[in-house]
Amino acid sequence: MTPTTWFKRHGLASWLLLACLLLVVFPLLFDNFRLNLVGKYLSYGFVAIGLVMLWGYGGVLSLGQGVFFGLGGYCMAMFLKLEASDPITTKIQSTPGIPDFMDWNQLTALPVWWVPFEHLSFTLLAVALVPAILAFVIGYAMFKRRVGGVYFAIITQAVTLILTVLIIGQQGYTGGVNGITDLKTLNGWDIRTDSAKVILYFVNAGLLLAAILVCGWIQRSKLGTLLLAMRDKEDRVRFSGYDVSMFKVFVFCLSAMLAGIGGALFTLQVGFMSPSLVGIVPSIEMVIFAAVGGRMSLIGAVYGALLVNAGKTYFSESFPELWLFLMAALFIGVVLAFPNGLAGLYETYVKPRIGKRKPTAAAAPVDALAQHPAATTLDALPPGLTREEC
Amino acid sequence: MSNTDFVLAIEDLSVSFDGFKAIDALTLYLDRGELRVIIGPNGAGKTTLLDLICGKTRATGGSIKFKNEEMLGQAEHKIVRAGIGRKFQTPSIYENLPVFKNLEVSFPRGRGVFGALAFKCTDDVSSRVQEVATEIGLAAKLDMEAGLLSHGEKQWLEIGMLLMQDPELLMLDEPIAGMSARERDLTAELLKRICQNRSVIVIEHDMEFVKRIAHKVTVMHQGKILAEGSMEQVQKDERVIDVYLGH
Repeated sequence: MTPTTWFKRHGLASWLLLACLLLVVFPLLFDNFRLNLVGKYLSYGFVAIGLVMLWGYGGVLSLGQGVFFGLGGYCMAMFLKLEASDPITTKIQSTPGIPDFMDWNQLTALPVWWVPFEHLSFTLLAVALVPAILAFVIGYAMFKRRVGGVYFAIITQAVTLILTVLIIGQQGYTGGVNGITDLKTLNGWDIRTDSAKVILYFVNAGLLLAAILVCGWIQRSKLGTLLLAMRDKEDRVRFSGYDVSMFKVFVFCLSAMLAGIGGALFTLQVGFMSPSLVGIVPSIEMVIFAAVGGRMSLIGAVYGALLVNAGKTYFSESFPELWLFLMAALFIGVVLAFPNGLAGLYETYVKPRIGKRKPTAAAAPVDALAQHPAATTLDALPPGLTREEC
Repeated sequence: MSNTDFVLAIEDLSVSFDGFKAIDALTLYLDRGELRVIIGPNGAGKTTLLDLICGKTRATGGSIKFKNEEMLGQAEHKIVRAGIGRKFQTPSIYENLPVFKNLEVSFPRGRGVFGALAFKCTDDVSSRVQEVATEIGLAAKLDMEAGLLSHGEKQWLEIGMLLMQDPELLMLDEPIAGMSARERDLTAELLKRICQNRSVIVIEHDMEFVKRIAHKVTVMHQGKILAEGSMEQVQKDERVIDVYLGH
């Protein structure tokens, strides 16, 4: 059991390092504009850790996390938009008091399903629950029928496409291709000011660090063990009395909820939400964040989201036409050269060089392998099987 | 079908794949505490029969009653929870997890999503793991990654994972395949011990091994039962010699 406790301590150490980086180093190092950018990248960190749980642990690849990111983001944007559309500021509209894009699209009243989003508490619940409920419906329908692997990935792509088409097509209700823009205040608190952006950055970083702890706890629980076991031998888990599909549904809902929270924080920090952020390409980019960071590592996934997004900002400013090719090359490179991402590189090359405790933990399996041949194992048989009772 | 004292009562069971009858109106009864060995040539439907009992394959017709409760059409995990454990032909263990975790995960508690989240490895769980590990001879290797075990040990580990659930009916598909002579001896002893308070069905090809463990032997051929009885009876049966044992 010592390797486990050691690993736990080590996991905590890298968590503290990340916390230090996010809460101390970045705020000291960057100006407000850059810090806000980092905050935007960190909102993708939620999606990335959700994918670690779903893809890395659960073995289920979803190419549609943008849907859940978008749903969370849109829920938050709807609340902010309603607050920004009070009757006084919108008095020049033919119907004052409704969002401007509705007025442009000849709507004369607020649609019924928009009404609950006037309340912040409902909105905050919806941010997490709307994605989770959609994930539950999709997940239940798919996993109960044993749809998995590449078929599941394709279906999530289809869902992504449907959502984008729906948002763009229903311009009067969703703001269409422009998205929901001109967001101003959250319960009267102006989110566009520099100080608000710094506060939102810290809220985002804090929530992300908390989410990592929660996911880490899930990974160490029996549920985490079962997810790993399912990835290894699904039938063995099923024939040990577990309803495998419900575990997949759970982890899919968890990843959707995390993505929704990330989307809401994105909206708050960036100030708008649009269909271009939830489509097929962004959804695939989200998988790349997790892949680059390491799909088995929560902390690694956050670094992946930070690095890939920073690279995206840098390259799309400097060489806009090259960015997509670079992104594709990065993904292929990760899959071919280092399938466990940055975290995997760290595990193989960096970790063995730091600390002397690691070699003992690593040596144990090697020794076991060395004495693996059947002859040795037979002589070393414990008494249990030689005992004669019948 | 009326209720019986048998732990497992299979009646008129059939399944066909694209018109091919893999199991054809098969009837079989199993007593409590009995160790039954099913033998037969390749393609006789032995593994399919186990698949049907544990719900992996859906039957076309018939009935499988376990303790007088109909099992046909139930979800796999419910059949397991009713008390039927099944070992697969190739060792089916979680290679990336330590032996301890392999056994712990098989402990029948916290089987729902939230139950699994709240599950704690309490003293009764770890003492049960120790107990089973001693039974299967892996007590000294609890911390070893299961993938590093020898082939025979993997087979034992899977049997141990089933024992964790304390099933009333244990089904083993070729448990000694790929084992050395010594490992076979140990497995025979293990099987004799574990069938003392449960019923066991074993599929096996090795006649020497069958002779040592079987209470009763069922010979299957083309989805039907060809003969049933003690090993001596079956060995003398002309039809069995023709299709399986050879002259």
